[in-house]
Amino acid sequence: MDNTEMGGSPRGAATAVATNAPTEPTIAHGVAEARSLFDREILGQALGGSFKKFDPRVQIKNPVMFVVLIGSVITLIEAIKHPDTFNWSITIWLFLTVLFANFAEAMAEGRGKAQADTLRKMRSETEARKLGADGTEIKVAAAELVRGDLVVCEAGDLIPSDGEIVEGVASVDESAITGESAPVIRESGGDRSAVTGGTKVLSDRIVVRITAEPGHTFLDRMITLVEGANRQKTPNEIALTILLAVLTIVFLPVVVALQPFGVYAGATVSVVILVALLVCLIPTTIGALLSAIGIAGMDRLVQKNVLAMSGRAVEAAGDVQTLLLDKTGTITLGNRQASGFFPVDGHTEEEVADAAQLASLADETPEGRSIVVLAKERFGIRERELSVEHTFVPFTATTRMSGLDVDGRQIRKGAAESVKTWAAEQGGSAPPDLDETVDRIARAGSTPLVVAEGPVILGVIELKDVVKQGIQERFAEMRSMGIRTVMITGDNPLTAAAIAQEAGVDDYLAEATPETKMELIKAEQEGGKLVAMTGDGTNDAPALAQADVGVAMNTGTTAAKEAGNMVDLDSNPTKLIDVVEIGKQLLITRGSLTTFSIANDVAKYFAIIPALFVATYPQLNALNVMKLHSPESAVLSAVIFNALVIVALIPLALRGVKFRPTSSAAILRRNVWIYGVGGIIVPFIFIKLIDLVLTALHAY
Amino acid sequence: MGFFWTIVVLVIALGISWRYLGSYMAAVFEGRVHFLAWAERPVYKALGTDPEQEQTWKRYAGSLVIFSAVSILITYVILRVQGHLFLNPQHQVSVGPALSWNTAASFVTNTNWQNYGGESTMSYFSQMGALTVQQFVSPAVGIAVAIALVRGFSRRKSATIGNFWVDITRCMLYILLPAAFLAGIIFVGQGAVQTLAGTVTVHDSLNGVTQTIPRGPVGFMEAIKQLGTNGGGFMNVNSAHPFENPTGFTNWLSIFLLLVIPFALTYTFGKMVGSIRHGAALLAAMVIIFGVWVGFSSYAEHQGNPAVAVAGIHQTTGNTEGKEVRFGDTSSALFGVSSTNTSTGSADASYDSFTPIGGFGLLTGMMLGEVTPGGTGSGLYTILIYAVIAVFIGGLMIGRTPEYLGKKIQAKEVKLAGLGALVMPMIVLILTAIAVSIHAGRAGPLNAGPHGFTEILYGLTSQGNNNGSAFGGLTGNTTFYNVVGGIDMLIGRFAIMIPALALAGSLAAKGVVPESLGTFRTDNGMFVGLVIGVIIIIGGLTFFPAISLGPIVEQLSHGKFF
Repeated sequence: MDNTEMGGSPRGAATAVATNAPTEPTIAHGVAEARSLFDREILGQALGGSFKKFDPRVQIKNPVMFVVLIGSVITLIEAIKHPDTFNWSITIWLFLTVLFANFAEAMAEGRGKAQADTLRKMRSETEARKLGADGTEIKVAAAELVRGDLVVCEAGDLIPSDGEIVEGVASVDESAITGESAPVIRESGGDRSAVTGGTKVLSDRIVVRITAEPGHTFLDRMITLVEGANRQKTPNEIALTILLAVLTIVFLPVVVALQPFGVYAGATVSVVILVALLVCLIPTTIGALLSAIGIAGMDRLVQKNVLAMSGRAVEAAGDVQTLLLDKTGTITLGNRQASGFFPVDGHTEEEVADAAQLASLADETPEGRSIVVLAKERFGIRERELSVEHTFVPFTATTRMSGLDVDGRQIRKGAAESVKTWAAEQGGSAPPDLDETVDRIARAGSTPLVVAEGPVILGVIELKDVVKQGIQERFAEMRSMGIRTVMITGDNPLTAAAIAQEAGVDDYLAEATPETKMELIKAEQEGGKLVAMTGDGTNDAPALAQADVGVAMNTGTTAAKEAGNMVDLDSNPTKLIDVVEIGKQLLITRGSLTTFSIANDVAKYFAIIPALFVATYPQLNALNVMKLHSPESAVLSAVIFNALVIVALIPLALRGVKFRPTSSAAILRRNVWIYGVGGIIVPFIFIKLIDLVLTALHAY
Repeated sequence: MGFFWTIVVLVIALGISWRYLGSYMAAVFEGRVHFLAWAERPVYKALGTDPEQEQTWKRYAGSLVIFSAVSILITYVILRVQGHLFLNPQHQVSVGPALSWNTAASFVTNTNWQNYGGESTMSYFSQMGALTVQQFVSPAVGIAVAIALVRGFSRRKSATIGNFWVDITRCMLYILLPAAFLAGIIFVGQGAVQTLAGTVTVHDSLNGVTQTIPRGPVGFMEAIKQLGTNGGGFMNVNSAHPFENPTGFTNWLSIFLLLVIPFALTYTFGKMVGSIRHGAALLAAMVIIFGVWVGFSSYAEHQGNPAVAVAGIHQTTGNTEGKEVRFGDTSSALFGVSSTNTSTGSADASYDSFTPIGGFGLLTGMMLGEVTPGGTGSGLYTILIYAVIAVFIGGLMIGRTPEYLGKKIQAKEVKLAGLGALVMPMIVLILTAIAVSIHAGRAGPLNAGPHGFTEILYGLTSQGNNNGSAFGGLTGNTTFYNVVGGIDMLIGRFAIMIPALALAGSLAAKGVVPESLGTFRTDNGMFVGLVIGVIIIIGGLTFFPAISLGPIVEQLSHGKFF
């Protein structure tokens, strides 16, 4: 292998953060306290909030609902001028329509607000121990710290703000942010030096250089994000709002012209009914739920412990066509495991196993442990007590071997070239079949470790990089969705090709460096593709910034976190796939409800048009296909349906339309049937039912 | 030839020309045919344009507006002074200002709405030098816009969308002039008159009457009238007149000519964007709607008149009132639907006398926005506008920022497509509302009640969609209807063309997203269904109330829908 014997600990893999198996659902924790969709507390606050949103300055941002509000004011004036049950009923239901829309938005915001409150409690005034220029400690409020200040944190202290460890190593409890209870190791230098304000030092002493200005810490950003305080409309949301505005504007002359048309026909047309018709025709359902869908989409990411810095990033995730996935931790478990012993030059497998086990007894790395375990499994070689006279030879970057000297035996395992050289120094020579065995193992994507005792080379241990279970299926799904997966690895092309094939990725980038990674992203983007990647190191930062969706691991450096447009608090690179799905689900929910909303108009026409003119043209009652009781009950039923459907669809808007990763054609067919054809049929049924209820109540 | 064989031969002829005319037109606009370069050069020299110099969408639209404004002005002036000009053997007087305005707007916008009887109003010079000239250039303008929009899809990161002057010149030289010349010869050969001599007076000694029969340069005007989906005939009764439409073959040829370019342009589109399937998908959407409408109206007309049936008279020949007996019920319905679905507006029967539901077919054919297949060029660019909306909604439903032919459909495109789609229903409904509200408007229709309402609605729908077919019954040559109609036609034409060109500019500037399995397919049956859905829903939802107060209520008065 190129420069390491065992690869060491994979770069960037969190020390204590468990990597979830890909198929296992991520358990919501941390910021995303598991709250039911209709938490009572949120429900209460949302109800209050929905009245506040009647403010016209809020309403004007949503052209569809603004028209409904104006309509309800017009009917209110009419109802005051001509007070009767019908006019008042319509007026009340129109106001309710606006209220329900407000409620949907408030509900979506409520979950974020609740989470923000939890986070705010954490930000409670921490005292920081600022290190003066002369090395003395001064106690200052955390809020007063500025970029570049040095602070000291010892066991039990809360880290006052975001920073980088410049001195020392400590175990840190980051559960407040990530929800992961096992502490993580943070140390100065390298890629694991970043600490987050609000987390707690459990042991040791560290000196932290503050990297965030007050009010701009990670925690502050998190609060703003989950609260949605600076929420801006995303590009796609803007495009959809324009389409909805078009569909609203076009219905204005349709309805307004009915007045003169009616007069020409000799009918008197009630203004209240015209307003009711307009409200029923304009896309109120999607108009009411649009912002809730967007907020809920961000919230679903938070539930997965991913913080998106903007809604734009979430949308871009749905468009991603190329996923760059780090091999270690994403595709493979990250720990190489011994999987076989291959003797050379006439030695037996057991001899190799025995020597390998001896050489690994003192080796506490997961790879070393797995050799001991395999030797026991295969040949029943037990762990033995070593005689007093033994020396453990640790692995170093120069020798690229480790082993044991015991009872005069010198046993070594390590990289092929190193062990060969070492054996030659002892006077031995490489057996003729060694190179071939080593090559075969390497070609299969595994790591060969050569075992030698003194000058005699016994055989080779195969260390296999274990591909995560279920990852192949996951990639097959990605492929069916049209997403190309590219594995990024520092391995040589041979190894990379073998693992890529086993995992079922579409392509791989072997011997990857930050520069080649960057080149790959740019090449993909030049072809018009959107690229998503994960990263954690400072040298990943430029690539994270270049990628359309850059998910930084929370364990990563500050630079990485600032460069990416999402942060994964669990530091689980597999989640990139979830992020893509959430992005898609967000757009699908919008598209489906838009289709539903427009399709609903058909039934509403059949309810209202005959009602409007049946007095003048009794024959138009033939269009009353639902056989609604009276013109008044027909119009009111349509308006009530129009309002209630908003409430009925709030859970769908918040949860998102069910998404199964399959081909675009299958997804489209399914959604056209459910929301298009369903959208035509459903209102016929429910308007009829509402009419039956109104009739039963003798309302009309 | 029975109705069945009429259709079969028509389908075969259209199929062949779809493939070959479509690919030829692509070659013309991609500059791959040059055999008339000697004729092109002096035109460019006269226009002062460099054919190599392409235009941004704004320059393109600017050229188009200037060209059209000058066209309106010239046409207006010729009509206003025709009494003093040559080629006027019948000594027609100059046309009044309101009618001249309406007629100029009408021919420049490819509408050919005629508030006059041609043989009794227009001099030969006006017919040839003003009206027929516009019948050539107005379809060329429509095709140019369509081609510019197609270039928006086919080009990548391009600031320009072509050169307007080159596009219309090449369209005229390579497509319209040769095709119309060929068709004109056939019309004349079949018996359509083509003469500069004035009226002829015939004394019928058998019956003891003397007839004055108008003649004129009819045959060649007839060819471009249909080919350019213009529809403005030489004679008042249009294609029902034996001098315009002398035989059953010319009747068939008329239908063929008015459908051929609009359909073939979908092939041109497919060819230019590099995917014939995409062109075929739009063709399928057009053909399906067109086929349903033909079936619907032919069936309605074949059923006979419900009012006659109520009177207890058994009808065996369908609804023949107002129909030329040479053509009969179903063939007239086919002609009517072809003419109203293509923005041609020519007629070989009186549409006013169609059954209410047959008339509903003609009226709704226009209300769908003239995209099935629509006018020359206008059909393609308008259906592309609808397709963009279909792509946007459909694309969202699969969870991607929607793309059409690799071009992302974002806020700007939705805005322009939305604008293009809502202009027509808005202008038609607003003007109809005005017309039914004021005295000058209410005085127009011949009939009272729903039928009168339909007459007004039809007139303004026909002009707003640049169709030009007349339902009849509406007295259009009044100051009110002349002025309002002119506005209707200009908005219905240019308020869609300009957003279409802006869309072209915006799309051309974009790069292309490569296709993958996750891409929303825009060349399969599902997409055809979505485009049809968007066309029907936008047209249906916007016009349903108006329709229900017109033909629907009228038909229902007869007790049943069919």
